[in-house]
Formats: sequence, C-alpha cells, structure tokens
Amino acid sequence: MAQWQGQLIKIDDYRWKIPEGYKSGMRVPGLIYANKEMLESMHEEQTLEQVANVAFLPGIVGHSLAMPDIHWGYGFPIGGVAAMDVENGVISPGGVGYDINCGVRLLRTSLSEAEVRPRINELINALYRNVPSGLGSEGKIKVSQKEMNQLMVEGARWAVKRGLGSEEDLKVTEEYGCLSGADPNKISNKAAKRGMPQAGTLGSGNHFLEIQVVKEIFDSHIASIMGVDEVGQILVLIHTGSRGFGHQVCTDHLRIMEGAVSKYGIRLPDRQLACAPIKSSEGQDYLAAMACAANYAWVNRQCIAHWTRESFSKVFGKSTEALGMKQIYDVAHNIAKIEEHIVDDRKLKVCVHRKGATRAFPASHKDTPICYKEVGQPVLVPGDMGRCSFIAVGTEKAMAETFGSTCHGAGRMLSRGAARRSMKGQDVLQELESRGITIRVGNLPSLAEEASQAYKDVTEVIDVVHHAGISRKVAMAVPMGVIKG
Amino acid sequence: MEMFLLFLYNGLRVMNKAFEVIDHTADVGIIAYGADIEALFSNAALALFSLITELESIENKFHLDLEVRGEDIDILLIEWLNELIYLFDVKHILFNHFDITNLTHNKLQATCYGEDFNAMKHTIKVEIKAATYHMLKINKGDDGFRAQVILDI
Repeated sequence: MAQWQGQLIKIDDYRWKIPEGYKSGMRVPGLIYANKEMLESMHEEQTLEQVANVAFLPGIVGHSLAMPDIHWGYGFPIGGVAAMDVENGVISPGGVGYDINCGVRLLRTSLSEAEVRPRINELINALYRNVPSGLGSEGKIKVSQKEMNQLMVEGARWAVKRGLGSEEDLKVTEEYGCLSGADPNKISNKAAKRGMPQAGTLGSGNHFLEIQVVKEIFDSHIASIMGVDEVGQILVLIHTGSRGFGHQVCTDHLRIMEGAVSKYGIRLPDRQLACAPIKSSEGQDYLAAMACAANYAWVNRQCIAHWTRESFSKVFGKSTEALGMKQIYDVAHNIAKIEEHIVDDRKLKVCVHRKGATRAFPASHKDTPICYKEVGQPVLVPGDMGRCSFIAVGTEKAMAETFGSTCHGAGRMLSRGAARRSMKGQDVLQELESRGITIRVGNLPSLAEEASQAYKDVTEVIDVVHHAGISRKVAMAVPMGVIKG
Repeated sequence: MEMFLLFLYNGLRVMNKAFEVIDHTADVGIIAYGADIEALFSNAALALFSLITELESIENKFHLDLEVRGEDIDILLIEWLNELIYLFDVKHILFNHFDITNLTHNKLQATCYGEDFNAMKHTIKVEIKAATYHMLKINKGDDGFRAQVILDI
C-alpha cells in the first residue's frame, strides 16, 4: 500500500495537525498525538486518512483526534476520538467498534512477588480452570432470556446482586458499571442468543487475564491513593469486552445505519462510517442497544474479577480481604458517551466516540470516583504480554483538548498474518517463559499474533500522552502470568 | 514494519482459484472469485470457514437452508457472511459447501452443508466478530466476479 501523502503540520513534538483544507468535506481539522518516529510508521498505512475521514461526520466539534496507539481500523481508526454535538451531530457504531465496551479492570493485592512467584503455576492453573476462556468459550453462569434482559439494564450490579463482587467494586467502575438508557427491546434475538451463553467469559484474540508485578512507581502519592504502595506488589489486569453479544449489536445497527445514511442525506467518504443523527430514532435505538452491550461487558469483567479473587483465595488459603484484593478501577475503551464539554468557550452536550481510547477525566470532574477526587480518574493502559502495562490518571489538559480521553494500549504494528509468518506460537511461548512469564493459552498458533514484536512499545505510547499532558503516568507493571483465550 | 499487503487483482489470476486471504493490520481480509455471482458468494463463504478452521476437517453431515435479504448486492454479501458467523457462534456449525439456489439483487437463498463443531476433530483458528463494509469491493471483470471483504477478528 502506498505511503500516505496527506498534509501534516507540526504543532509541537507530540502534536500534529491535519488541516481542515486537506480534503474537501472535512468539518474540523485532525489532531494526532505522536512522536516523530510513530508518525513515520503511521504514514505507511491509511490510518491518517481515516482520521481525516472521521472529520466528515456531521456535528463533529473540536478535532478528529488520534491517540499515539492509533492504527488502521475499519472506518474509524483504532485509537480515535470524535465528539459530536448532540443537537446536530451523528452517532456511528463504527466509532465504537464491534467489541462494545471492550475495556480493562485492575485489581490490586497485598501479595508480593516473592510470595506469588513460587506458586505461579498453581495460581495460573487455578485461574485457567475458574475463568472460562478461549474461542467460543461458554460461561459457567447460565443466563435465561429474562436474566439477560435484567443484566443488559443493570450492568455490573446484576453480578454484584448475585454475590459476584461487592458494592465497593461498582464505586470504582466507570459509570458504576451501568450505562443508563439501556433498552432490551432494541436488541435482536440474534444478539441475545449470541450473548446468553457467553456471559462471564474472557474470549480470545487480544483478550487476557494477567498477573503483574509493579516494577516502577512514577508518582508515589497518586499510586498510594490507588493502593499501589511498592515495587514488587502483585496486581491483576483483566481485559475483555462484550463478546459475540456486542459484535451482533454492532452488526445489526450498522445495517440499520446503512439505510439511515441515505435517508438523512449524509455524505460519507467510507461506508463503514455509517451513522445517523443522534436525535433520530435510528441513533437513539443504537445508543439504547449499545448501552445494553456496554452493561453486558461490565457484567463480564465483574464475574471474571470475582472468579479471580476466588482463585487467589483458594491457592493462598486466605480470604480476599486478607489478600487485599480491592479493585483499583475499571474503564471502557470502545464506547460512545453523552458528556458535557467546553467547546469554543461554551458548555456543549456532545456524544464522545472513544474507539480504542480511554476516558481520562481530571481530579475535579463530577464523574471521577470520590476516592480519586484528589488525583484524577485512573487510566489503565495494557501493553503487550511481553512488555509492560501502565497506570496513569486523567488531567485538566485532557478535558480541554481531547474531550477527557487518552490512549488505550500499545497499538498493533504487524498484521496478524505478518506476525504468524514471522514467528511461531511455540517460540513466543518459550521466549516468554525464559523471561519468567508463565502462559496458559487456548490456541498456541494464535500466540504469535500477540507477540511483543506485533505491537508498538507501550512505553513510547504512554510517554507521548504524559508529555503532551493528556495523562499523567503513575506506575508500571510487568507480567508474571498470563491467560489468553 | 510490514506494510499492508494487498494482492491487487490484475486480471492475471490463476484460473479456478476460489479465494485468497489478505492481511489488514488489526483484522484479516478475503478476496473471493467466481465465474458467476453465485460462485462468488459460495467462495466468499468458503474463504470465511477457511479462516475459522481447516476446510478439509469439515464433513458434509447435514444441510441447512438459509435466506438472507439486503437492499443491494454489497449488503447482501455482508449479511450472508454475518449470518454464517452467527450460526457458527451460536449453533457451532461449520460449513464447507454452499449451493446458492436463488440470488436476486435483494435476496439470497442457499443450502449450506457441513457439521457441528467437534473439539476432538476441529481446530478453531480464529474467532471472527463480523464481516465489515470497510474496503468492501465487488467487481465484475472479463473472466468473472471478484469480492474483497475485511473481517473483524
């Protein structure tokens, strides 16, 4: 594929602009957060063209934004953020993605590396048994149609009411684990049928459950508020989303949006950007269905967190309280949210699409949990399984520049096919094990797709958002044990 | 960094090739060929199941009649593939042969042959979320039809 030949203007070392005049039809400029090296690799694909294409969408305000982990998606780039005025703007299912409310949940423990390392095999095996994972995995909770309808409306609380976790977990989950406006009547039978057997499963692909060791603390004050006190402390990171349920919701509504595009006379540079006015029945129906899928994903992570705690408790013979297994935070990175932001010096209600981007609200924001009011909302940024993951917090600058958003991960660099051709799953497994990382994987050949070499270095990604000021890095942790579906 | 590889169709393709698989950074794509539109749809479905498992491992044990509707041929192709993805995800059925019995501009009827997924026999290579409209292209050349579809995985 040809190099991208578009126009980029350097603002500073971490900000680059695609001017509004680059393509006729752009309503706002593009703004990319990246360092020079990252930008060069972005030129090798049509990622930046996608940033420009998103700027065509009616009602978009500010900039069509790209985080440093951006890569080529379908329609919207992955790592893209776009806010549309609720009054005259559109909502696009492609701006959320197929895996609605794919996200991450981080648990802390009071265990140290010295206590866990000798028992890592036992622990990983217990987790592998206890958390359903892998291709087509089905859950150990059986969900009836009636329960499915409740779950879609109640979100994580549905699981907490069944003894899977506590009220404390909800307080440190984005939206308390429940997006309002969910309406099961907007869910097709197909979506419900795909969702019911998969509730409470990790899935496959890039989803994982990881036992991590804190390696570095950059801000000890903020870290201590999160209960991350010292290097060597054990954390657990869960990364999954809404499984086949979310995929079907996206598929169903993209189809509906196909009709809406011509009905409302919307001009699009890419069919996958299909959208409808937020205030239209098509737009409202998608928002109601998307909320159902978002809530399903929160149930999913709530269940998995509970079984993770159970597994630790069993292996170490102590209660989860004694093991200090509190939740640090749970945040979505594929979602659209109705939020209030300041645009051109005035308060505006916008629909913020975050596709492969994380909410990063500052200390003062009303939606930042009470326990983090002093420091900002935690931002969880997983890297690939061979490198490291970061904890950061949101900032005022993110609020001013990116609609309170930041990066979500490392960002893929090699296609899955290219990764498979250049590495073997078995070799990746051995290399990780030689470095003290224990892996349980459902599908060995697919491990190559998730190797470090296939991803950008998350350290560079986090450095860009830190230096640009849209997040502040707090701590870094490295993997010790990984379960991949 | 490996660039996106697109095996551009140049009219010199090997005769009788049913489909090929192409790379896309986060996802994967298929290019299906067909002397007629029915063969094109059948080969696109074969390409889909070749990504899920080894086609040779699927036996023809039962058949299922499907009907899919769409406003145009593009939508029809995506709906067809998404219907098959749905059947695999929910009913765990793997197919390896498709008879397209009726195909108009807005309706497709097909008989699909295959068997239930069996963990002892089938290795599932990848979980496919959906067929997308991204970079979707259906063209007609001198020697038949070609369709490109990107799948989200």
